[in-house]
Amino acid sequence: MLAVHLPVFQVLLPLLAAPVSMLLPGSRVSWVFSTLVSWGCFALSVLLLQQVLQEGSISYAIGGWAAPWGIEYRVDTINAFVLLIVSGISSLVLTGAQASIEREVAKNRIDLLYTCWLLALAGLLGIAITGDAFNVFVFLEISALSSYALIALGSGRRALTASFRYLVVGTIGATFIVIGIGLIYMATGTLNMADMGARLPAVAESRTVIAAFAFLIVGIALKMALFPLHFWLPDAYSYAPSPVAAFLAGTATKVAVYLLLRFSFTIFGGDFAFGAMALERVLMPLALLGIFIASLVAIFQMDVKRLLAYSSIAQIGYMVLGISLVSVTGLTAGILHLFNHALIKSALFMVMACVFYRMGATRLDDFAGLGRRMPWTMAAFVAGGLSLIGIPLTVGFVSKWYLVVAVLERGWWPLAVFILFTSLLAVVYVWRVVEVAYLRPAAEGAGRCEAPLSILLPTWVLIMANFYFGIDSSLTVGVASRAAAALLGIGL
Amino acid sequence: MASLGLYNYWLVIALMMIGFYIVITSPNLVKKIIGLNIFQASVFVLYITMGKIIGGSAPILSDQIAVYSNPLPHVLILTAIVVGVATTAVGLSLVVRIYAAYGTMEEDEIEKIEAQEEVPT
Repeated sequence: MLAVHLPVFQVLLPLLAAPVSMLLPGSRVSWVFSTLVSWGCFALSVLLLQQVLQEGSISYAIGGWAAPWGIEYRVDTINAFVLLIVSGISSLVLTGAQASIEREVAKNRIDLLYTCWLLALAGLLGIAITGDAFNVFVFLEISALSSYALIALGSGRRALTASFRYLVVGTIGATFIVIGIGLIYMATGTLNMADMGARLPAVAESRTVIAAFAFLIVGIALKMALFPLHFWLPDAYSYAPSPVAAFLAGTATKVAVYLLLRFSFTIFGGDFAFGAMALERVLMPLALLGIFIASLVAIFQMDVKRLLAYSSIAQIGYMVLGISLVSVTGLTAGILHLFNHALIKSALFMVMACVFYRMGATRLDDFAGLGRRMPWTMAAFVAGGLSLIGIPLTVGFVSKWYLVVAVLERGWWPLAVFILFTSLLAVVYVWRVVEVAYLRPAAEGAGRCEAPLSILLPTWVLIMANFYFGIDSSLTVGVASRAAAALLGIGL
Repeated sequence: MASLGLYNYWLVIALMMIGFYIVITSPNLVKKIIGLNIFQASVFVLYITMGKIIGGSAPILSDQIAVYSNPLPHVLILTAIVVGVATTAVGLSLVVRIYAAYGTMEEDEIEKIEAQEEVPT
C-alpha cells in the first residue's frame, strides 16, 4: 500500500524534516536526525530505482489529480538514477560532516545549517522527480535559496560575497527558466512534461517555442556552470563550508545537467533540440573550451578547494560533450560521468574537509608535508585524484572510456586525442598538490595530525565507491545506457 | 498596428531589460537586488498577460459568461511572487551581513578589499 506512495515521500520526507530539525535541541541531535532522514531518502531512492528497473516508469498523481491537469511525479530510469546520486552523496557527506561543521561554522548557526541542508536536499530531489515543468522552477528555487544560505555559513566574510554573487546569477538563471516554461505554456497550454513533449512538435515552428528553448537552455547552462557561465562556481565552492561544498559539488550541478537532458530530449525532443535548433553546435564548442580553459586555470590555483572547483567546471564540460554527441554511447558517457564525477568530487571535497579541520585552510602551502602528517587523508586525495584523471580501475576511467568510444564512433579522432590531452592537464593539477604534500617538508616540529575518524571514514567510503564502481561498472553502465536509450526514444 | 496592441509584451521586454541592465551594471548591492526585482516583475507581467483575454471573466461558472481568462498563469505567478519575495529577503540579509563585514556595499570597493586580502605568492 505504502509502496504506491514512494515517489511523494522521496520529497516529503526531507521537506517535512527540515523544520523539525530546527526545533530539535542541540546541534548534535539535529545532525543525527538529518543524517537519518538523508539515509531514509537514500533507501527510498534505492527502492524507486529497483521498482523502475523491474516494472518501468512510475507515474504518481499528487493528491489524486490525474495528469496532465494535476501535478505528476514521474520516475523513469534517468531520474531514478539522479535521485540515487543526490540522496546517496548527501547521506555519505552528512554522515562525515559533523566534526567538520562544528569547526567551520559559528556555534549558533549549526542547527540552521542542517535545516538548510535538508531543504536543499528536498529541492534537488524534487527537481529530479517531478514531471511538471512549473514544479521544476519551484523546487529549483527551494534548493537554490537554501544553498545560498549554506554557502553564506562558510567561515570568513568572503563566503558572504560568494553567496551573494551566486544568488544574483542563480536568480537570473531560474528566472530565465521560468520565462521559458511560461512561453512553452503559451504555445501548448500544458505544464506536464510528457504532455508538453507530445504537443510541442505541432507548434515547433513558432517563434514563441524557439524563444522558450533559448531562455531555457541559457537558464539551465547558468545553473550547471557551463563555460562561460561558470563564474559564480569557484567562489561559491571555495568559501562554503567544506562538507557543503562536497554536497553541492556532487549534486547541484548534476541536477542541472539532468534538467538539460530532460528539457532537450523529453520536452523539446531530440529532433527539435538537436535537429532543427542544432544545439550540439553550441554545446560542443563550449564544452571543449570549458574543459580546456578550466583545466588550465585549475593548474594555476593557489587554493586547493578552488582548484577542485575549476576542475568541476572542466568535468561539466565532459558531461556536456557526451550529451552533445547525441548518440546512445555519448549520452551514456554523459550520464555515467554525472554519477562518477559526483563520487569523485564529493570524495575530494571531503578530503578538503579533513585538511581544513586540521589546518584551518586549504591553501596549497598548507599541504606541505601532509603526506606524512595526515597519511590517510592524503592517500584518499591521491586515490580520488587518480579517479579524477581517469586511471583504469577507477570510475573516472569508465566514463572517459565511454566518452572516447562515443567520439570514435563518430570518427572524430582529434576529439579523442583532446580528451586524453586534457586528462594530462588533470594529471598536472593533481600532481601539484601531491608534490607539495609528499615532497615538500612540513614546518619544524609539526607532528602527525590525522583527521578524526568520523570524517575520514565516510571519505574513504566514497573513495572505495570510486574503485568499486570503477571495477564493477555493470550497474552504472547498465542504468546509464538504459536511460540514454530511453531519452533518445530507442527502446531496449 | 497588431504589434502595438500587444503593448503589454513590449512593457515586459522593457522592464526585463531595465532590470537586467541594473543587475549587470550597478555596483551597489542593494540596487542589484532592486534590479533583480524589476527583472522578476517583468516575468510576473508576462505570465499575467498571457492568461488574460480582453473581455474575459474570472473563472466563475455562469450562463451569462462565455469568455474566460485563463486563471492558471495567474495562480502560478503567485508562487513566483512568493519565491521572488524570499529571494529578496535572502539577498538583502546577505547585503546586511556584507555591509557589517566589509563596511561597504559597493561591489568595486569590496573587490578592492578582497584583492588586497589575497596574499601575493
